[in-house]
Amino acid sequence: MTGTLRQPGSARERWLVAGPPLAYLIVFFALPTLLMVVASFRLAGEFGGLAPLRSESGGWNLSLDSYGRFFASSLYLQLFVKSFLYALVTTAICLALAYPLAWLIAHSAKRYRDLLLLLVILPFWSNFLIRVYAWMIILGPDWALARTLNAVLGLVGIGPVTLMFSPFAVIVVLVYVHLPFMVLPLYANLEKHDPTLLDAARDLGAGAWQRFRHITWPLSLPGVFAGSALVFIPAFGIFAVPDLVGGTDGIMIGNVIKQQFLEARDWPFGSVLSIVLTAAALVLTGLAALAARPRRSAA
Amino acid sequence: MNRTAPRWVWTSALAAYLFLYLPLLVVVVFSFNDSKLNAEWVGFTTAWYARLFRNNEMLIAARNSLLIALTASLVSTVLGTMAGFALHKYRMRVLPVLVVAPIAIPEILMGVALLMFYVMLNLTLGLVSITLSHIAFCIGYVALVVRARLAGMDESLVEAARDCGATPLEAFRYVTFPLILPGVIAGSLMAFTLSIDDFVITFFTAGASASTLPLQIYSMVKIAVTPEVNAISTLLLILTLLLITVAARVAPGLLRMND
Repeated sequence: MTGTLRQPGSARERWLVAGPPLAYLIVFFALPTLLMVVASFRLAGEFGGLAPLRSESGGWNLSLDSYGRFFASSLYLQLFVKSFLYALVTTAICLALAYPLAWLIAHSAKRYRDLLLLLVILPFWSNFLIRVYAWMIILGPDWALARTLNAVLGLVGIGPVTLMFSPFAVIVVLVYVHLPFMVLPLYANLEKHDPTLLDAARDLGAGAWQRFRHITWPLSLPGVFAGSALVFIPAFGIFAVPDLVGGTDGIMIGNVIKQQFLEARDWPFGSVLSIVLTAAALVLTGLAALAARPRRSAA
Repeated sequence: MNRTAPRWVWTSALAAYLFLYLPLLVVVVFSFNDSKLNAEWVGFTTAWYARLFRNNEMLIAARNSLLIALTASLVSTVLGTMAGFALHKYRMRVLPVLVVAPIAIPEILMGVALLMFYVMLNLTLGLVSITLSHIAFCIGYVALVVRARLAGMDESLVEAARDCGATPLEAFRYVTFPLILPGVIAGSLMAFTLSIDDFVITFFTAGASASTLPLQIYSMVKIAVTPEVNAISTLLLILTLLLITVAARVAPGLLRMND
């Protein structure tokens, strides 16, 4: 049955190997996602969930009502814009913190690199809720941070502010939980840079800033975009962080999605929100991927 | 070739490390603090741990988490290894998309989609629905780790085995599998950690009755900040640390993201 010529596997072998994982992912990922797309066009049931697909008169119970509701009210669009801005600010701060760190790891002695990198990844492997919880303690009113800040603010007659349950707390925690996602792709990129380029630039009289501006930064753009996508997408759709530290001002779109499914039980509208969120996230990632393609420059 | 970094780069990198570790340190230190408030150091105690082990709900949640993580990592390791192998060896069209998509989209989408799916199927939400969901999002991670390992493998070894008359299955059993085993083990540890840590997808697919450690922590934290949460967090941190140590031993290359 097996020839001497290596083919990429017989059809039977291929189905035996790829079939089971493919089937599992179709049933437990593709199908539910598809059903959600269909649900976004269905009507809400009288007691939550979905109304029957066929109406009593025999017609189909499908409509664009939920999409109409989304675009009719500026409330949800505003919430999307707000979530987008939170995610954007988070991404920018992560980039600012991660870049020097990734650069330093990439430029440290080879034997320390793995350790330094491990130290970045390690907190990321700890439970997500623990990392959120840690900041609930630190930003809490009894802690030195809030006390000192309020003491200082008190001197100039402003005051007292609460750090917890605010958009500020949401951003701090979002940065904290997503930072490693930015460091890793940046490091992977910076590590590959050819040091002779910088030497050449130095020999030609370029200063530190010029070397960064014209060599390191342009070359690192793929890493910047990859890291940004890895931070932006989860931050955009998050609900646990605003739920725990955001208070009423810090609500994001993820909270409304959760509320539509678990409290209002309006599945069609919840589906619309989830689909718009995912579409927006994927479009933005696509744009980032396009931007990250290596530019044609003097090679 | 020594390239010295400007001092501000060192300072900001140090600040970034502090930013990463200080919060976790706070959690650990205050798990031993003899005070209900997580604010000032009063004295050393292990009372919060003792209380934790008398907390029945927490123990049930821990048992559930372990059960789910063991089952999910076992099944997703088998399916994920197959997927990783298929991705490496064959030209697939749909599989690459289905492997990466659950990782690439916002988690909440998968959570609510699965919730609707199970309710439509009349499947009672609980341990089974959570486990099925965890397998779904773990397959991709295992597949990517295994594929990376296969990509680094010397293909000529398999060809040599085939030339010596080994069947494809024998070649896999005696050549490919031992070579990719570190990747498979690393993938399974990753799946275990992802499963035991998962909050979002579990939150939507758990229903009212079943609880896991993250769900239990969430509901406790929702009410108040208490040192008992510090204690369970510290234990989970230790568990994670152990798993990573094992993973680093088995597959040192896993740390480097050179994919």
